[in-house]
Parts: sequence; structure tokens; C-alpha cells
Amino acid sequence: MDTRNASLPGVVVDIRHKDYRSGLRTLEALHFRAGPGEFVALIGPSGSGKTTLLKIVAGLDTRFEGQVARSPTARLGFMFQEPRLLPWLTVEQNVGLVLNALPPTQQGALRAHLQELLTQVGLQDFRTAFPGQLSGGMQRRLALVRAFVIRPELLLMDEPFLSLDEPTAEQLRRQLLVLWQQTGSTILFVTHNLREALMLADRVLFLSPRPAHLILEQPVPSPRPRTMAQMAVLEQQLLHQYPELLSGVLHE
Amino acid sequence: MLVLVWQLLAGWLDSRELPGPRQVAASFREYLLDGSLLFHLGMTLFRVLCSFVLAMLIGVALGILMGSRSCWDRWLDALLILGLNIPALVTIILCYIWFGLNEVAAILAVALNKIPSVTVMVREGARAVDQGLMEVAQVYRVSRRDTLLKVYLPQLYPYLFGAARNGLALIWKIVLVVELLGRSNGVGFQLGIFFQFFDIAGILAYTLAFVLVVFAIEALLLRPLEQHLNRWRS
Repeated sequence: MDTRNASLPGVVVDIRHKDYRSGLRTLEALHFRAGPGEFVALIGPSGSGKTTLLKIVAGLDTRFEGQVARSPTARLGFMFQEPRLLPWLTVEQNVGLVLNALPPTQQGALRAHLQELLTQVGLQDFRTAFPGQLSGGMQRRLALVRAFVIRPELLLMDEPFLSLDEPTAEQLRRQLLVLWQQTGSTILFVTHNLREALMLADRVLFLSPRPAHLILEQPVPSPRPRTMAQMAVLEQQLLHQYPELLSGVLHE
Repeated sequence: MLVLVWQLLAGWLDSRELPGPRQVAASFREYLLDGSLLFHLGMTLFRVLCSFVLAMLIGVALGILMGSRSCWDRWLDALLILGLNIPALVTIILCYIWFGLNEVAAILAVALNKIPSVTVMVREGARAVDQGLMEVAQVYRVSRRDTLLKVYLPQLYPYLFGAARNGLALIWKIVLVVELLGRSNGVGFQLGIFFQFFDIAGILAYTLAFVLVVFAIEALLLRPLEQHLNRWRS
């Protein structure tokens, strides 16, 4: 494996293959790039290795053949399937933990921005609360703030709104878009919800079942804000256009 | 209530083997005023503290190592089982023979008796560490210091407290044996003297002093600290 220094921000993924220790091949010939500030959604059946892919891009998993090129000094954010907050730290301390990890010269301005971010997602009155005292939706919002507070150049999101009720998920998606437009982060967003991908992304990449590779690349040119009704139409068009291709991807 | 039963029983038996609370209190006052009680208690507390700190440091380090690295776990496991099961008296006698009848040997003997059980508890904790949270620290490049103090160790606190409580309880008991066998001061030594003179009131007076110290440590140190560290659970 090799994590090269890219001259451009954004990320270039060139994975020849990734095998589990059991010998099971989970990714094969997976190549794509995300430009600076681009919002790319990755969609594929569950168990197709989407989480593994994000771990490889994050540098958490280095046992693969191929290379991932991103700036090694770029600030990286990761929003996991579970909020993964530290239960013994308050809301503010949870965010402070990742702020403190930045070089001191970068911290000042971002720290000043923190209160604004908390207010933006409605957590301003919970600064000294512990995660256990927050609702599931609030915990996700805190994880969202933690991911954005460092103004990440690259943000990886692994089905971050899974198991939320639809209104809460919808609210979080709107907040995500606002934050993304403010920071200009490059985002890789993994999901298995096609409508969610169409709502959010500039481009949707469809992954095959295991071993995962790209089977379709679909730009979403509609201007934001997009409505669910528009996206439902687009979704139907796609399903109509590529029925056999997407049947295995979306209805497993 | 307990004191009342004790008083009644002692009055009814009226023997030297079971002095009543009043005699014990008198004995307690006497040894307190002539300074001997505080001196011996102080020596014992000093040894307890030294061996406790030593045992916790080594035990926690070993426990984390064994809980997070399976190769170390395999290598050290046999030694751990040996350590857990070797009788305290054997360690004590061997330490005195090998290192001489001195303070270092005494403290070492106590610590050696305690280390294995600390290691076992902390190893459980280290095995249960949430890898998901460790990944968060890694992705956001949290410093080693913050990762240790804010992400890793808080997950071990319940195990560390368990080890500390158990540890104190065990160390009290062993320190006295060590003192009885090879030291010329401390509560254990003094209890040996009382035994020779058949001074039951003296033995109970020292026991009383001991109980007071144990309760004080629990109420003033361990419990407040634990409450502070657990405030997020409420």
C-alpha cells in the first residue's frame, strides 16, 4: 500500500485489491477520484466493503494493494456509523479533543468558531452536558460538529444518519449541506439509500456486490436545495434506465 | 448495636480472652497517648503506601501490555498463574532470605503478592477497550498524551478502582504478616508482642485503629475520587 502526496487536495483512490485475512476479496480494481470541494456519494449493497474503503482512505487500514493519494497534511474528518463520542467528556470537551490535535497556530480561529457551530446545530445550551444526556439525533449533531470544527479538507462519512427517524435524518442532511458549503470540504459519503445520495451529492458512484468495483457513475446536476419529490423522479429514471445493473445494488 | 452485643457477651463471659469495649477503649487511649500506637501505625501505613504504589504501577503496566498484545499475554500468562497461586508466606520468606531482613525486602514481598491480581483485573479492562473510540483518536490525530488520558485510561477506570480496592484490602493483611516475621516495628510487630503477653485488649485496640484508618481512606479518598470520575454516568 502507498499513501502518496497528492499535488491537489481532494483524493485519488487506486485500489488494485483488498483481501480480508480470511482470504475473502472485498475490493477489486476500484479506481475513482474526488475533486477539491466535491461531494461524492458511494452507494452499494451492504457487506460490499464500503466501510473498509473509507478505512483505507482514512489510513486506518493499510493492508491493501494499491494506493490512495491525498495530502498527508490535510485535515481529515470522519463521521462513523455510530456517533462514537467519548461518554466521559462533555459536549465542549468532545469537540475540544479534536481541536487540540491541530497545530497550535490553527486552533485560535477555529476555537472562536466553535460556539457558532454549536449554535448552528442547536447544541448551544448543552455545552456542559455529557453525551449520555443527549438524544440520538443530538449525538449525531455533535459528531457532525466534531467533524466540521477542524474545517476538514477531506471528510469521510460512513452512513452517518443510519437508524435515525426520517425527519431527524432530513434535518441532519440539511445541516450537513450548510456546513459543507461553508467549509468547502471534499466529502466521501457512503450510504445504501439512493435517495439520500441523490439529495446530497454532486456525483453518485455505484459499487457492485463483493468484490466491490465501480459499476456506474452518475452526476447529479440539479441545483440545491433539492426536494424529495425531484429526487424520487430521478431515482425512478435511474432504476428504469439501468434495471438489471441496480437491482443487485439497491435491493439485496 | 455491634458494640452492645460485644459488651453483653464480654460481661457474660467475664474472661481475659474477650475484654469488653471499655477495656479496649482504655487500652486504645493509653497507647495513643504514649505515642506507640501512632508510631507503629505510621510505619505500617508507610509500608502499605509504598507497596501499594509499586504494585499498582507494575500491575497496571503489565495488565495493559497483556490485555493489548496477545504475544505478551501468551508469554506472561504462566508466570501470572504462578504469581496468583504462590502462597504469600513463601514470597515473604524468600524475599527475606534473598534480600535480607530489611525494608526493601519487606515492601517487595508485599508488592509481589499484590501485582498478579492487579494485572488480571487491568488485563480484563484492556481487552474490553473500545477500538472504535481508539480509531476516532487516530483519525483526528489526537496526541499520544490526550489519547492516553482522555480516550484510553477512562475506559480502564472501573478496573483500576476495583484493583485499588482489592489491592488495599490484600495489602493490609500481608503487610502485617511481613512485619510480624521480619520487622521490629509496625502494627504486625506490635501484635506479635501483644500475642506473647496475651494482651487481647491491646490487639483489639490496634485492630480498632486499623479499622478507623481503612474507613477514612475509603470515605475521604476512594469514594469521592470515584464519584468525581463517574459523574458522567448519572
